[in-house]
Amino acid sequence: MREISVALLSEKIEQLFLTANYEIGQDIEQAICRAIETEESETGRNVLAQIRENYEIARQERVAICQDTGMAVLFIEIGQDVHFIGGDFTAAVNEGVRKAYKNGYLRKSVVSDPLFDRKNTGDNTPAVIHASIVPGDQVHILVTAKGFGSENMSAVKMLVPADGEKGVLDFIVETAKKAGPNPCPPMVIGVGIGGTMEQAALLAKRMTARPAGTSHPDSLYAELEKKALAAINALGIGPAGIGGRTTALCVNIASAPTHIAGMPVAINICCHAARHAEGTI
Amino acid sequence: MSTIHLQLPLTDEAVQSLRAGDLVTLSGEIYTGRDAAHKRLITLLDEGKPLPIEIAGQTIYYVGPAPASPGHATGSAGPTTSYRMDSYTPRLLQLGLKGMIGKGMRSEAVRAAMQKYGAVYFGAVGGAAALIARSIIRSEVVAYEDLGPEAIHRFTIRNFPVIVLMDAHGGNLYEEGPRLYKQEIL
Repeated sequence: MREISVALLSEKIEQLFLTANYEIGQDIEQAICRAIETEESETGRNVLAQIRENYEIARQERVAICQDTGMAVLFIEIGQDVHFIGGDFTAAVNEGVRKAYKNGYLRKSVVSDPLFDRKNTGDNTPAVIHASIVPGDQVHILVTAKGFGSENMSAVKMLVPADGEKGVLDFIVETAKKAGPNPCPPMVIGVGIGGTMEQAALLAKRMTARPAGTSHPDSLYAELEKKALAAINALGIGPAGIGGRTTALCVNIASAPTHIAGMPVAINICCHAARHAEGTI
Repeated sequence: MSTIHLQLPLTDEAVQSLRAGDLVTLSGEIYTGRDAAHKRLITLLDEGKPLPIEIAGQTIYYVGPAPASPGHATGSAGPTTSYRMDSYTPRLLQLGLKGMIGKGMRSEAVRAAMQKYGAVYFGAVGGAAALIARSIIRSEVVAYEDLGPEAIHRFTIRNFPVIVLMDAHGGNLYEEGPRLYKQEIL
């Protein structure tokens, strides 16, 4: 049994959200730099150059990459030999988010009620917390700051087994096409296939934080990722949606066992400012 | 392609001369406004009450800026997705709104009203928010302070970089641009 103070958890989460919001991951920055080399559209290259310069300014001045500093989404893997002490786990996670957004000059974008009383909670809480129990005595934390221009372009569809690979491919490409310029392309596209409706959605969210340039471990899915990316980049939407070859930076698929009758597919769209950070206690 | 420098407020002449795809820098004053502020403005109009800002001749930037850190006029301040304002926009165009700055598609109703009343829809690069903030030299809240980031601010901007997405003649860069790069591979 290892005791971990919830104060330490709060502190770590605060740091991770500051890092995520100020410093774009190297994988994304490298993908943008490569796209500047390959993009055929002059206005597209100009947009990509602005995106790259923006990363640089945010990192150096320690200001938010994007004003939409997102809803705080956390994936926390808790070793089963960990015992949290000194307070409530969920309250501590929210405290870390609160401190980051308050002290780090990040925008507070959460309203208390979705439909009737859309009052800003003032501190960007509550966070969306996905916790799971894993072997060991460590705590692994992945934070993502999820902007909603892209979140709004996401989709879930309950495909059936007969829809097959083509059904999945068509749904991914159609979702990207419908999104058009709205989600701030070039996009990062997270896809979850299988499980139940909510598991597919969770996998899709998790895949928005898988590094650009990596592949699904199964070659069939890795091939599908490549095909989907090529098809999306053939749409012509381009950087900022004003025309070009760079519409998505990556398509990241995760798959899970599912029911004999179904094939849920969830697509979580993320903008080029795919902000996440991770750490271990 | 050369850049057109425009001083705000936009004149009718300037509005009519701009075409989708033009690179423009804007200087002068603009208002910010997004979902919640638009809803309040339209509610006031429905009730026949005066608005807290003059709409005629003005430009609205769809943005909810991040808080300013010390030494900055504003925090990061890139465009939000414009279609969420579409149901409110034709009423404001009718009142003489001349410019909008945002990102993403607009409805047919908005595009028709832009042509009818003469207005331009500019795009700023979504996500380039720290870079864009450098051309905002002053910011003050002029209405709805309780809305926090959604309050209406008056920004003073200098050489604010935009591209004309949709013009007053029906031109639409979101159709014309991607058409040039579309490939049939499926």
